[in-house]
Amino acid sequence: MKDETGESFIVSQENWTLHRKGYQDQKRHVDKVKKAIEDNLPDLISEESIVMSDGRDVIKIPIRSLDEYKIRYNHDKSKHVGQGNGKSQVGDVVANDGSKSAGQGTGKQAGDQAGSDYYEAEVSIAEIEETLFKELELPNLEQREQAEITDEDIAFNDIRKKGLIGNIDKKRTIIAAFKRNAMEGNADIMPIYNDDLRFKTWDPIVKPQSRAVVLMMMDTSASMGNFEKYMARSFYFWMVKFLRTKYEKVEIEFIAHHTLAKVVSESDFFSKGESGGTICSTAYEKALDLITKKYNPARYNIYPFHFSDGENMSSDNPKCLTLVEQLMAVSNMFGYGEVNAHSRYSTLMTTYNKIEHPKFRHYVLKENKDVYHALKKFFYKSMEDSV
Amino acid sequence: MTNHKALQQATAEITEIAKGFGLDFYPMRYEICPADIIYTFGAYGMPTRFSHWSFGKQFHKMKLQYDLGLSQIYELVINSNPCYAFLLESNSLIQNKLIIAHVLAHCDFFKNNARFANTRRDMVESMTATAERIANYEMIYGKDEVEYFLDAVLAIQEHIDPSLVRWRYGNEEVEPEESEPVMRKTAYDDLWELDHKRIESNALEPKRKKIPATPEKDLLLFILEHSRELEEWQRDILTMIREEMLYFWPQMETKIMNEGWATYWHQRIMREMDLTTDETIEFATLNANVIQPSKTSINPYYLGLKIFEDIERRYDKPTEDMKRFGAVPGSGRKKMFEVREMDSDISFVRNYLTKEIVQQEDMYVFEKKGSQYKISDKEYRVVQDRLIAQRVNGGFPYIVVEDGDYIRNGELYLVHKFEETELDVPYLESVLPYVHQLWGRIVHLETYVDSKLVVFSFDGKKIHKRFA
Repeated sequence: MKDETGESFIVSQENWTLHRKGYQDQKRHVDKVKKAIEDNLPDLISEESIVMSDGRDVIKIPIRSLDEYKIRYNHDKSKHVGQGNGKSQVGDVVANDGSKSAGQGTGKQAGDQAGSDYYEAEVSIAEIEETLFKELELPNLEQREQAEITDEDIAFNDIRKKGLIGNIDKKRTIIAAFKRNAMEGNADIMPIYNDDLRFKTWDPIVKPQSRAVVLMMMDTSASMGNFEKYMARSFYFWMVKFLRTKYEKVEIEFIAHHTLAKVVSESDFFSKGESGGTICSTAYEKALDLITKKYNPARYNIYPFHFSDGENMSSDNPKCLTLVEQLMAVSNMFGYGEVNAHSRYSTLMTTYNKIEHPKFRHYVLKENKDVYHALKKFFYKSMEDSV
Repeated sequence: MTNHKALQQATAEITEIAKGFGLDFYPMRYEICPADIIYTFGAYGMPTRFSHWSFGKQFHKMKLQYDLGLSQIYELVINSNPCYAFLLESNSLIQNKLIIAHVLAHCDFFKNNARFANTRRDMVESMTATAERIANYEMIYGKDEVEYFLDAVLAIQEHIDPSLVRWRYGNEEVEPEESEPVMRKTAYDDLWELDHKRIESNALEPKRKKIPATPEKDLLLFILEHSRELEEWQRDILTMIREEMLYFWPQMETKIMNEGWATYWHQRIMREMDLTTDETIEFATLNANVIQPSKTSINPYYLGLKIFEDIERRYDKPTEDMKRFGAVPGSGRKKMFEVREMDSDISFVRNYLTKEIVQQEDMYVFEKKGSQYKISDKEYRVVQDRLIAQRVNGGFPYIVVEDGDYIRNGELYLVHKFEETELDVPYLESVLPYVHQLWGRIVHLETYVDSKLVVFSFDGKKIHKRFA
């Protein structure tokens, strides 16, 4: 390096294209974020900011252990030095909590939540989906004859000289006329002859269409609190997303029930609570009713899911059992999720424990993380392991 | 893009002017680089530094800001001989002129400031070797294993002892060796001891040699020497990272001075040059951006500049008082060169931040009250003391090793030398496991939280908090 050329300086420009270090280590960091997502999947998928995100693509999620921790001062309990415009006075507000700028380059500070100082990574929901759905699979039950479910569509993808006058392609017609006129030595659009006319023409397309319908049933009786509903909601959020990756069309029906069942809107489903007892069979009846009226099993893959806290009227249980059997006959699977944080005795679960059917899947959710486990249980890769 | 020849000429001219002013720098190597390379160097602190994901994260952040047009690195200069400075290939000629003038002053500072006297000027090569060795360990022990170790070391890398003069070793040797109690060889040995009451009484209260003899500031070195946990390659990495931190340390201690000095000189040098109207305006804009003060922090470029200018003014026309203490009229520049040689930020602010500057620059102390940050004081001494407190130990909490054999169980007892500012507890609780990883036994740290003495301990599984 030490060339004694007499010059006290050298200006040089080299080729740096092979210097990839920054990118390599950046990739290592990205990999670590990915790994953290994978490791924290059970926590992440019940993360409120995601479930309530309403389709925003990128969300900030807390990721543990990816900050560069140091022994450092508490920013909020320190005094700092700043500089005003000459008119500052004691008591003036310099910055607000939200938009503060850290003094010594310490970067982002945590909020006021005690003990939680996470590194916030920007993660797209797509990334989480990718990781999550890798682990899920549709239960491979009796193959519905999917080819039968077809959709006819048309695509305008051809140009011909004959056709309906309403489908005339003006631009191409003018170009054709112009070319012909020009060949005749008159570079003008007019006149246009019949032979110049061009028509857009279509081809019929027949494609197999896969459709699914989710019949989301939930107990909205007084015993279902916010936590229970949130569990159901998180589960439903990911399930619909997952089914959408497998089927071209996924329709969803919400059936709320207490002692009566009715089809409601999504917002009502998750927000409104009713008082009174619980008769689950009403919901199943409603579901069967919907299937007969709207969703022909020949055309739809049907996924009835029922979320409850398990407190059903005992006399109703035998009826439920029969109806579930009937539902399973027409559905791809039947899922029963019981939100039961305190391991109460559940009449419904006791009844359902007797069912041994490959289409029947159930899971008891006790805490947030169980949404993930429920998903894995319901959409496990092979049948043998899941029951 | 800068015309290479024009840049060459400008560099020659600026170098001449700088020499004329008395700046004394190493031979310069200017490298013209694309943005991603500059940002790589910025993130790593050095072109040849070892690989770690945290640098990648930093690089990404910096590059993103640049891509969005939010920031631009104005200067990147390395304390080495020859001295390397990096210029962005998309810089205009005038940007490059400013940067070259600026980095020449930095280089002068590196070469002449006493704090830098012990820094290795061959650090570029040394860091290359470090990077190669770490990469080699990754090959042998696996990337994850090395990274796991690096994560731990980097978490405490600032806790070294950067003193210019170290006398610790001599001190330790003077420590008198305690006589070992006589070892028993057979079950009947104690019979013999009936004749030697003196020895027995001595053995009852064995004095143990305290480790360390006096509280040790250099946590990295202490772990290096006393941890029973580390393997040879880990000690090697620890040594290298400590070396790198010792190299970077003077830069952290002289931020205000170094930037103030460089800003002062780029302004003076640019004034000597023939600039066109357009260039003058562009220069003024750039310069204004560099020295823009901030409401919520101290811009070292600006404050350093103001203090240096104030020194020059005051020593050019000293008051009667100053004259009595030997100040000679017209000695402003001379005094500035003396300050750049002798001081670091703490003494610089203590000695030369005058009441007039604090008032004129409307400096204040602010703190969080509720959800807002409010100005709490404008007193000269308060502002000055706070500014100094922020610069103590490079702005990092001062931690010492109090005991390396706590409760005679080989546990590590650390003490935060508390001075008014509390630690960030969640961060502390995340760092202790790293120290535990390096030490291999329970670690404790004593500090104050809400004016109460607290000891945080990590036993390998959980953090315990004990109010002493």
